[in-house]
Amino acid sequence: MSELTLTVMRLGFLAVLWLFVIVAVQVIRSDLFGTRVTQRGSRRGNDANRQQQTGRQAAAAAAPPPQRGQQQGGGGRQRRGAPTKLVVSEGTLTGTTVALQGQTVTLGRAHDSTIVLDDDYASSRHARIYPDRDGNWIVEDLGSTNGTYLDRTRLTTPTPIPLGAPIRIGKTVIELRK
Amino acid sequence: MSVVTNTTTIGAIEAPSRRNTELALLIFAVAIPVFAYANVGLAMTGKLPSGMLGYGLGLGLMAGVAHLVVRKFAKYADPLLLPLATLLNGLGLVLIWRLDQSPRLIQRAKNAWGKFSPDAPHQLLYTAIGVALFIGVLLVLKDHRILQRYTYISMAVALFLLVLPMFFPAVNGAKIWISIPGLGTIQPGEFAKIIIAVFFSGYLMVKRDALALASRRFMGLYLPRGRDLGPILVIWALSILILVFETDLGTSLLFFGLFVVMLYVATERTSWIVFGLLMSAVGAVAVASFEPHVQSRVNAWIDPFACYKTDKTGACQQIGDAILSFGSGGTLGTGLGQGNSDLIGFAANADFILSTVGEELGLAGMMALLLIYGLIVERGVRTALAARDPFGKLLAIGLSGAFALQVFVVAGGVMGLIPLTGMTMPFLAQGGSSVIANWALIGILIRISDTARRPAPAPAPSPDAEMTQVVRP
Repeated sequence: MSELTLTVMRLGFLAVLWLFVIVAVQVIRSDLFGTRVTQRGSRRGNDANRQQQTGRQAAAAAAPPPQRGQQQGGGGRQRRGAPTKLVVSEGTLTGTTVALQGQTVTLGRAHDSTIVLDDDYASSRHARIYPDRDGNWIVEDLGSTNGTYLDRTRLTTPTPIPLGAPIRIGKTVIELRK
Repeated sequence: MSVVTNTTTIGAIEAPSRRNTELALLIFAVAIPVFAYANVGLAMTGKLPSGMLGYGLGLGLMAGVAHLVVRKFAKYADPLLLPLATLLNGLGLVLIWRLDQSPRLIQRAKNAWGKFSPDAPHQLLYTAIGVALFIGVLLVLKDHRILQRYTYISMAVALFLLVLPMFFPAVNGAKIWISIPGLGTIQPGEFAKIIIAVFFSGYLMVKRDALALASRRFMGLYLPRGRDLGPILVIWALSILILVFETDLGTSLLFFGLFVVMLYVATERTSWIVFGLLMSAVGAVAVASFEPHVQSRVNAWIDPFACYKTDKTGACQQIGDAILSFGSGGTLGTGLGQGNSDLIGFAANADFILSTVGEELGLAGMMALLLIYGLIVERGVRTALAARDPFGKLLAIGLSGAFALQVFVVAGGVMGLIPLTGMTMPFLAQGGSSVIANWALIGILIRISDTARRPAPAPAPSPDAEMTQVVRP
């Protein structure tokens, strides 16, 4: 092999190695600045407003079928199709999901809770969500200091949870989904 | 009422999964080692090496399968971790294969054991096992929070793995291997580092409030209460014991360092770092003053050329040769296959593989390689930032911290920054346990990053949303 070829290969290899590093850093860069500003549908108002809306609408349970894609498969009636998962939609745990498999879900700051709330307004054993004999999911406040809210009402007794109704504990909002 | 407006939302509503980015980088990451094979072959024999196609296809196949599994089972995982690990592993294979071709090392092996067996095929096999374990982690571990249940079991397992090598004979002065007849040797410390990170994160998640809040302020530092010092003292004593009985500086540094890093991240108290540095300094000095194996390493570190000819253990000669190889490499290196790093006879393709990089790729290649390690650590830390649950945060920081500490301990040792220890450069160095364990580590990081980057599910529209009529006055 001629000296020239080897020198070219040597420098070429270093160049390729550095090119890889630079490409990788570019990927990180687009990861950092890649958040897109998206126009969302006109159906949603600001956040608080949306809470109110969903609350009111979920309370009005006599529901005609939905038209949105995500709800396909589930009919209009909430009785049909039991919820399969519990989703944290606001608060520090946003996006956490817990599959509902007939077990009791406990919520609170205590570290043995199913969902450990990192929330100054939550009590250590704040609330629990459990299925009754008919398979309805019930939320019960466990004597918390600041209360558990279903829609806008503070819970005093165990209450069935309509699908998609927000359960608010401090700054955390939880919903049941299909 | 019912403000119907067009609002803008900033955020990754439909976060791209970035799997195609990963695939493109992965192809690049397989192409670089193939190029390196061609380069080594052309430089050493003047023709393209015959094994090039096999190694390239093998590496590409493993990377492809791993990519498909990630695409299916961890859709939102970080796009960089897999290509970076593949590139390091591929470069490691090339460097080991290159040292297999060295006439000096072949002669040396024939003199010592009467026969020479190349290490590269073994390494390729270990890589395959490692990738299989990586895939297994992704398939079995659907949610990293499951590991939290095994907090104290993993403590017991990790301690068992750490203590195990004490009962096996020392190899090259350090008791870090266990030998299983018929299977070869295993370095349990490599696996223990992952398991102990699980224990630390489970433990600190529960105890961090007590450690962070119950403290007194003294001279600008938050001093923890006496009883909260208990665990750090236990881990410190344990790492000192490892150092004394197994004479392995690297493992003890790794475990103590890992604990201090995770303690700092969990509590946000600088005082832990101050304590940790003081305690490790005291421990290291105390052990170095009476343990002969550690002592010889320290002497070799202080001035390798003073004892270059006289030292019986060979430690001085190794470090001296490593430093000379870095020097002869210069800025741009001698070119792959054209260096003399094989003069470091013993462990040239294991602990000292970095000196081959330093000599044949020079400072430029060395910096690129360290940057690749740095990027893996950065992605781990980024995953920890993005993770939503405290356990995942601590586990991600623990795993990337262990990875970073290991790179620092090995690279620092070879370059003469700290005394040399018997650890392997992750992915690069020859050694089965190391490659397999590090693939598992990357697998867990990918699982956590998948959970962390998975977009929050869009709020479910209430069933009758469209039907609400707004009557305007």
